[in-house]
Amino acid sequence: MAKIFIYPTTSLILSDMVERFGHEALGSALGIRERLQTGGFDSPPLQITPDEPKKGLRWAAVEVPSGVRGRMAILGPLIEQAEAAIIIEDADLAFGCMGCARTNELLKYIVRHRGIPVLDLMYPRSESEGEKFVAAIRDFLKSLPGGR
Amino acid sequence: MAAPVRIAQLSCGPEYSGVQNEINEAAKSVGAEIFFPDVTLADIRRDFAELGLDVASPDLRLAIARAKALVEGRIEADAVFITTCFRCAEAAIVRNELRRYIHENSRLPVVSYSFTERTTAGTLLTRMEALTTIARRRALLARERQEGLTLGIDSGSSTTKAVVMQENHVLGSGWLPTVEVVGSAEEAVREALRQSGVAMGGIEAIGTTGYGRFLVGKHFDADLIQEELTVNSKGAVYLAEHQHGAATVIDIGGMDNKAISVHDGIPGTFTMGGICAGASGRFLEMTAKRLGVDIRELGPLALKGESKRVPMNSYCIVFGTQSLVNALAAGSSPADVAAAACHSVAEQVFEQQLQEVDIKEPVIMVGGTSLIEGLVHAMGQLLNVDILVPPRSQFIGAVGSALLASGFIGGK
Repeated sequence: MAKIFIYPTTSLILSDMVERFGHEALGSALGIRERLQTGGFDSPPLQITPDEPKKGLRWAAVEVPSGVRGRMAILGPLIEQAEAAIIIEDADLAFGCMGCARTNELLKYIVRHRGIPVLDLMYPRSESEGEKFVAAIRDFLKSLPGGR
Repeated sequence: MAAPVRIAQLSCGPEYSGVQNEINEAAKSVGAEIFFPDVTLADIRRDFAELGLDVASPDLRLAIARAKALVEGRIEADAVFITTCFRCAEAAIVRNELRRYIHENSRLPVVSYSFTERTTAGTLLTRMEALTTIARRRALLARERQEGLTLGIDSGSSTTKAVVMQENHVLGSGWLPTVEVVGSAEEAVREALRQSGVAMGGIEAIGTTGYGRFLVGKHFDADLIQEELTVNSKGAVYLAEHQHGAATVIDIGGMDNKAISVHDGIPGTFTMGGICAGASGRFLEMTAKRLGVDIRELGPLALKGESKRVPMNSYCIVFGTQSLVNALAAGSSPADVAAAACHSVAEQVFEQQLQEVDIKEPVIMVGGTSLIEGLVHAMGQLLNVDILVPPRSQFIGAVGSALLASGFIGGK
């Protein structure tokens, strides 16, 4: 079993696929609902305090906005634990979505500089693309130690 | 108990910055509640495309959809608070454009603010209070005439002002530096009553505003205790005799600055504080002291000088003073230095704050610094308009309080 960092971290579909193929998904386990009544797409279920943006200084300097640093305090440790990662680009909002584009840029950069296996995929826009998408994820997960 | 004022929050980043609770607390402390307008994913896809502001962050797209839902009346609110991370350029563009979009297309009062993780409920209090006042006291703010015998007190960070008004006329006033908050207010009131020739017992209603409004209001058992954004707006258009239509009010204070877009005497959008002391009235006080002139002489002196001859544009009061000292040491004339100090303050207010409100004429400058002619001249040059400084412009807070307090005479 490998620890897989997933992007978008809020994607329950991706998280489910990772678990099905015998691995542990590292994400925020938040579903995106059709109606948004929270502050943001990935509003944290846990209580964030002003200490989180300070902890986030480990990944981003003080001139980086506090929202980016607060997110990094939560997601940075997940990337450090990750043994592999799956990055889905241009995903539909309903597939999974993270509120801050600047954090997303930084997250992906840090993942790619960890030197771990990374699967980069574009979000599928048709049924045939969807089939190839699922197959690519399956093959990637099976190729990792402990994959089934 | 009155229903809470409902403030719609459009935002990006406050939860992950750890300041959402501070926003909620600030609203709660003034009888308001924050809510997030309920929109669907379909609304977000459509509204984001319709507005045409192509931003990458999904939470900013969500804010755009929420703004459209408010403007189009699909969701009801009493006021709007737009807030995003400080230092995020993408968010700053959205914050500014949404503020303008809501201001131009609805009657909802709107304020925008960029936070850091250090933002506290106390910092946000006056802004939330102003939003609540505009929503809850629209009828009171529509008052155009002072009636009866009333007292207004403005307990500011630098000076305390008091006026006594009767039947739409100022009878007397008091103005002195704020030292001990209540003691200074008592002294200003004593002077205003002395000039008016009336006794405290004859006063029919009292209003307070400014930083010390709660303490002073409690001490004098005031009928009205109200933040300075709405009170100063009212006082400014009243003294400028421009109570109808659009106007812009600029108040460069001792501790913070206010820029307010006003319509019919009621703020539509406003900005407060946000710059370091190099852009405050305090810097002009220090300049006067260093030049060895009374603050009242600084304005006329500045008008005789040429600001371009002295480089000075620091946000920081320490570095600003350093520029001032260096210029004097290099042989610059006191008049040029005075002009440069006025230009520096005006330029920073122009660059940092006036971009966040819509400048519509007349532009009315108020507060103690509006008596510094050099500062008014510099602001007029930057905005390319003739600035209006109403009579008794230093008393707008006290006059606004006395005017609005008359709405409480006889328990009205």
